[in-house]
Amino acid sequence: MHTAAGAEARLPIRSDMDLVWVRQHVRQAAALIGFGLVDQTKLVTAASELARNTLVHGGGGQMEAARVSEHGTEGLRLVFTDTGPGIADLDRALSDGYTSGDGLGMGLGGARRLVHDFEVVSSPESGTTVRVTSWVTRPPRPREES
Amino acid sequence: MNESSPRHVAGHVPVLRLGDVLLVTLQGDLYDSAAQQLQQDLAETIAHSRVTGVVIDISGVEVVDSFLGRVLAEIAAQAELLAARTVVAGMRPAVAITLVELGLSLPGLRTALTTEAALELLDRPIVTPRSGGRRQERP
Ligand SMILES: Nc1ncnc2c1ncn2[C@@H]1O[C@H](COP(=O)(O)OP(=O)(O)O)[C@@H](O)[C@H]1O
Ligand SMILES: [Mg+2]
Repeated sequence: MHTAAGAEARLPIRSDMDLVWVRQHVRQAAALIGFGLVDQTKLVTAASELARNTLVHGGGGQMEAARVSEHGTEGLRLVFTDTGPGIADLDRALSDGYTSGDGLGMGLGGARRLVHDFEVVSSPESGTTVRVTSWVTRPPRPREES
Repeated sequence: MNESSPRHVAGHVPVLRLGDVLLVTLQGDLYDSAAQQLQQDLAETIAHSRVTGVVIDISGVEVVDSFLGRVLAEIAAQAELLAARTVVAGMRPAVAITLVELGLSLPGLRTALTTEAALELLDRPIVTPRSGGRRQERP
């Protein structure tokens, strides 16, 4: 379920203890893949917001983490899934300060700003899936070719 | 790495009293429930012990999300109502950068680079924020 040595994992999100596990896994995975400290912190913070939404608004669910690679760039993809009530008005949910509960309403929109790719699929029938990906940004290195 | 429990998880946060000031040191990753417990405990401690200042050292905290950010802001607000000032000390640069991008500017939260600077700040007479000219930070 949880391969501590790698980036791949599927973690349950059922308690605030699980939020700690999510943050630690994302931190370790991001470091492993080569994210710098600031980018690690951004991704972990986004994951914390999304995992808390899964827990609080979605009634619990899971996060899947996977290492991804595109055009030679390494990234970390996190997919948060729940079978909760879904998000009725996504634009409103993404706007800063909107909360249907007693939060600050900064989590969803804030998480979107903190990652490179952000996608939400949500319906009352199937719940909510939030998929985010961030890519390691490095100064380009000269390619070793001859 | 084969851990049976997350590292540096704070289930309970120690609160130290230094004269009129409470020194709270947050270390590692905090359960939501532990952060909320701290908020309650601090309100009671401040009310019962006539402290005039609270310093929250977050130099050991790697992540501040909107939940913990709100807890910090609420601690400061409730302390203010109980006639105590709060200073958050030692925020890591990566945390500060992330908070801004997250959209949490946490107005009303006084900050200092170090615990020492925070204690100095609390030692001064109350002035309206930023009216006292530039502060020289010592290393
Ligand atoms: N997984 C989810 N399931 C259902 N609703 C959600 C989910 N995530 C977010 N929402 C909705 O979007 C709103 C905004 O989310 P967010 O910005 O994180 O603010 P907060 O969590 O503080 O309320 C929530 O109040 C909730 O109504
Ligand atoms: Mg939220």
